[in-house]
Amino acid sequence: MAAKAALLREIIRVPDLSWPHVFRVFRRNLLVFGKTWKANLMFNFVEPVLYLWALGFGLGVYVSSINGLSYIEFLAPALIASSAMFSTTYEMTYDSFSRMAFRKTFHGMVATPVSLDDVVMGELLYGTFKGVLYGNVFLLVVALFGLVKSPWALLVFVPLALMVMSFSILSMVWTSIAPNYDSFGYFFTLIISPMFLFAGVFFPVESLPPGIRFLPWLTPLYHAVEAVRPLVLGQITPSIPGHLAWMAAFIALTFRIPMVMVRRRLIQ
Amino acid sequence: MEKIVSARNLVKNFGDFTAVRGINFEVRRGECFGLLGPNGAGKSSIVKMIYGFSPVTSGELEVFGLDVGSGSRKIKSRLGVVPQEDNLDPELSVRENLLVYAGYFRLGKELARTRAGEILDFMDLADKAGEVVDHLSGGLKRRLTLGRALINRPELLILDEPTTGLDPYARHLVWQRLRRLKEAGTTMLLTTHYLEEASQLCERLIILHRGEILEAGSPVELIDRHVGKEALELAVDPGQRELLLSGLDDLVKARRDLGDDLVVFSQRGRELAGRVTARADSLGISLNYQRLRPTNLEDVFLKLTGETLQGSREDS
Repeated sequence: MAAKAALLREIIRVPDLSWPHVFRVFRRNLLVFGKTWKANLMFNFVEPVLYLWALGFGLGVYVSSINGLSYIEFLAPALIASSAMFSTTYEMTYDSFSRMAFRKTFHGMVATPVSLDDVVMGELLYGTFKGVLYGNVFLLVVALFGLVKSPWALLVFVPLALMVMSFSILSMVWTSIAPNYDSFGYFFTLIISPMFLFAGVFFPVESLPPGIRFLPWLTPLYHAVEAVRPLVLGQITPSIPGHLAWMAAFIALTFRIPMVMVRRRLIQ
Repeated sequence: MEKIVSARNLVKNFGDFTAVRGINFEVRRGECFGLLGPNGAGKSSIVKMIYGFSPVTSGELEVFGLDVGSGSRKIKSRLGVVPQEDNLDPELSVRENLLVYAGYFRLGKELARTRAGEILDFMDLADKAGEVVDHLSGGLKRRLTLGRALINRPELLILDEPTTGLDPYARHLVWQRLRRLKEAGTTMLLTTHYLEEASQLCERLIILHRGEILEAGSPVELIDRHVGKEALELAVDPGQRELLLSGLDDLVKARRDLGDDLVVFSQRGRELAGRVTARADSLGISLNYQRLRPTNLEDVFLKLTGETLQGSREDS
């Protein structure tokens, strides 16, 4: 109980952030990304294209329409969101863990005027950057398939940024308590894959049994999909700001947690 | 003399385990100050508290006159840290590693380039500047880690086991550079369990054992105070040791059993060796092995603890 209270006290304390230093951490990751992006981009990009083909053109043939859309029109915008989610979560789990626990990159940084809060914030921003980048690359692919129906699609980066920031936070929290690389298997199997399957990417959440229909509402992916899909299809609905607000609130309430958790892991 | 680091009753606990037990020391500007002891003696805990990586449990710790708890960023901007394990960016080149690190100190682009160039020359890494760090040998990585710690022209250079794991040649290269930095007036705090490293580089040192300071002074002073000039190692049956040495008290400064051997410390080793041999002959005691050698800091540690720096390393 006392330990929980102490954790809560730390979470509500003002973080020790210096934005110029946060930016240097971000830039360090960007520089490394510049060396490895070719191998990286393919890996994150091929998979959603395969989904698009297999499900959109394959399975889609058997689906007459969903909410008045062809199956591929329904699916493609959502895959923008899910591919962004995957690129961020891979980066903020395996790669962040490698920097934190294996290569001791964090240790090297905090021996300089950079604080540990700066490091974690820099990581979160980098995870966000990467997700937005990959999401937009996939948006381009979707556009090449002729599935972007509206110039509103140019605003897709807004829900994407909010969503991948949320996933950066979630992943970083898991990373901060992960004993080893193997434990990320659980994160993907228990948290990320169920979201991918049930949060409105492949079918409308209204098809879920009534008792569990609220579950997708609790996930950032659902809110992102519900904002990205209308933007890509040009069917602007009044519910979009609500979805954006949900994600913004999620970030505001949780961004401090990974900072505290990483501090607890590293500083003893 | 200006104090760069000052520790008073410094304590560090990890849960129930006390790593540092209320120690006092000062590091003065321009000196190389050593923390010598086996692994687990508390050296790294002290160093981590100094650069703000580990909170002080109790007592006072000031660096540049600032409390380590409150002035962390300010202190760190004036420190250079060479950690025990390399934490370079393996995907980046040697030069990029320096430039990225300069960024953490918010050095301007021009200044960072100039300093990086100087450091590459100083550390003899200029021809490797474009090489990706992943492809470097351990010795080169260490040199880069040391060079990286100089990017902000630190007023205090913290060296945590700087040559552990290096081959003798690579180690000597690092020592040469450290000696040059010392000549240029850089204040250094060195932790090591290599007594040779401590005697080569440090003006003053403390010997740590299980979180406490056993002794403090210059390497020469400590050797002189505790073990004299020479050590005579003898392989002799434990039951006959008393008999062999009786009557030689004026020559024996201290003695310790070390495994099967007896080590006798003396200011007049040659004379001692002669008389021990004579006694052994006349008493019919067999000396399977004997060796006279100069004493070193290891002997001080041995005399004070009955353990060797390396030996006790394994059980801690």
